[in-house]
Amino acid sequence: MPLEPVAQLLPVVVDSPFREGYVRSIIYVSLYVSVIAVTLSTLFSLPVAMVMGFTDFRGKQFVKSVINTGMGFPSVVVGLVVLFAVSNQGPLGPLELIFTKEAMIMSQFVLATPPITAISLAAITGVNENVRDAAHVLGGTKLDVALVVIKEARYGIATAVLAGFGRAISEVGSVLIVGGNIVSSSGISSTRTLTTAIQLEARQGQYDTAMVLGAVLLAIVLTVNAIVVRLGDEGVMQ
Amino acid sequence: MSIQRRQFIAALGGGALAGIAGCSGTGGGGQSEGGSSAGVAGETLTLTTTTSTYDTGLLDEIHPDFEEMYGVTVDAVAQGTGAALESARNGDSDVVMVHARGLEDEFMRNGYGINRRDLMFNDFVIVGPESDPAGVQGMSSATEALTTIAEAEATFVSRGDNSGTHTKELNLWEAAGTDPGGDWYQETGTGMGEALNVANQQGAYTLSDRGTFISQRSEIDLVILVQGPIGGGPEILANPYGIMAVNPGVHDNANYDLAMAYIGWITSPGAQDAISNYQMNGEQLFFPEAVSENPDFQQYVPEGWSSDSSE
Repeated sequence: MPLEPVAQLLPVVVDSPFREGYVRSIIYVSLYVSVIAVTLSTLFSLPVAMVMGFTDFRGKQFVKSVINTGMGFPSVVVGLVVLFAVSNQGPLGPLELIFTKEAMIMSQFVLATPPITAISLAAITGVNENVRDAAHVLGGTKLDVALVVIKEARYGIATAVLAGFGRAISEVGSVLIVGGNIVSSSGISSTRTLTTAIQLEARQGQYDTAMVLGAVLLAIVLTVNAIVVRLGDEGVMQ
Repeated sequence: MSIQRRQFIAALGGGALAGIAGCSGTGGGGQSEGGSSAGVAGETLTLTTTTSTYDTGLLDEIHPDFEEMYGVTVDAVAQGTGAALESARNGDSDVVMVHARGLEDEFMRNGYGINRRDLMFNDFVIVGPESDPAGVQGMSSATEALTTIAEAEATFVSRGDNSGTHTKELNLWEAAGTDPGGDWYQETGTGMGEALNVANQQGAYTLSDRGTFISQRSEIDLVILVQGPIGGGPEILANPYGIMAVNPGVHDNANYDLAMAYIGWITSPGAQDAISNYQMNGEQLFFPEAVSENPDFQQYVPEGWSSDSSE
């Protein structure tokens, strides 16, 4: 099948395969799930990274290796584990979370946490020792020192958050398993994301539609990456 | 710049709060209050089904009628027959629509599914490239066609995903007395549409349900080489669909009232007409069989079951 230029594909967006709001609702679900998952993940990851960056404790190396292993978690396996957790037979069964956005948020939280923690930790430990010493010498308490370091590491931390977001929004395996790729018959997405929609359209041989959705996803990811690069530059220019 | 970042972070925080609040507001499906006529209104029915019913667009076409009638939402999860039954076994769905009688019977015998009804049928067809390298065009026996393909070692794409179509394909190989294997036999592990795409790319043969093939015909160059019973072919290629409610005695969270309302609706003359009238590319995809003057009692129980057969 020859691939026409993307310009010719644009009418597809407003054409019959899409009832009104279909694409918009898919984009909304993608962003909703990823943004909330990454936000919760950041709230969890930052304290962990700070504790690891500022204190020494037994088992620190073990925690580090767990995080590094987590960076390589295959997303489908995470999806499988979350499925067992939220399935009616699982420990969270009574909450009836299977095939909901909340279940998708859970699996993306698991996926986004390791990279956010690891990159934040690298940023925090990367802050020059001199800065810490200076803060100490100036009579700062532990908290003051921590705040100074966080301020110095802020660009690295923002990079971490966006990296986590990039992993979450472009992930397909786990959200497909726990979300079920559901669209209501009115054509509004309930648990269908950009990635699972692309998978479905490809399955049905609707390659042009899949390409439009792919372009949207690519635009989102590239925007996020552009922000990461820019933040990195600002960090350097300080 | 810093102010903007703070606003951004504040917005993120707000999103998280909204998300946490949202978590507590879902998971309806509570017990409906008796006495009110709209006892199920506002509830959600989870239907696990096959890729063929979903990908042909049939469900999207007919569900609004049911949703309006009862004021409910149907969440259709397209998984393939094996996975759909597995979800139901785990209590993750309320009703299943599948097409593999052997698996359905097992599901009922194990007590997970009740009140099975025959729903509709279409048939399977063997499709392949127009050049037909193995020369199976027009064969009246499906097993002979498969044997011929195996002997010619012409590429054959198998679903390989424990779906209804895959189950049928394995039954056909068994009936043909051939154990497929080798480089020419490729398992994709995907839905029917994707398997057709793979076969199309490779100029390979595959077994497809007629509905999905028709709905994708314009996208691919494959042709029907061996017809199913609808096209005058052998009965072994028949493809009946059944629907069952998940047994609330096994899973007390199953939305049984709504599942039975759905089964009642989809086997009603109105919905059966809607199935009959659903066309794609000018062809009827599914043939209703729920409404009959002489109901087949075997539809309610596992095939061959009788009250005095030792269970």
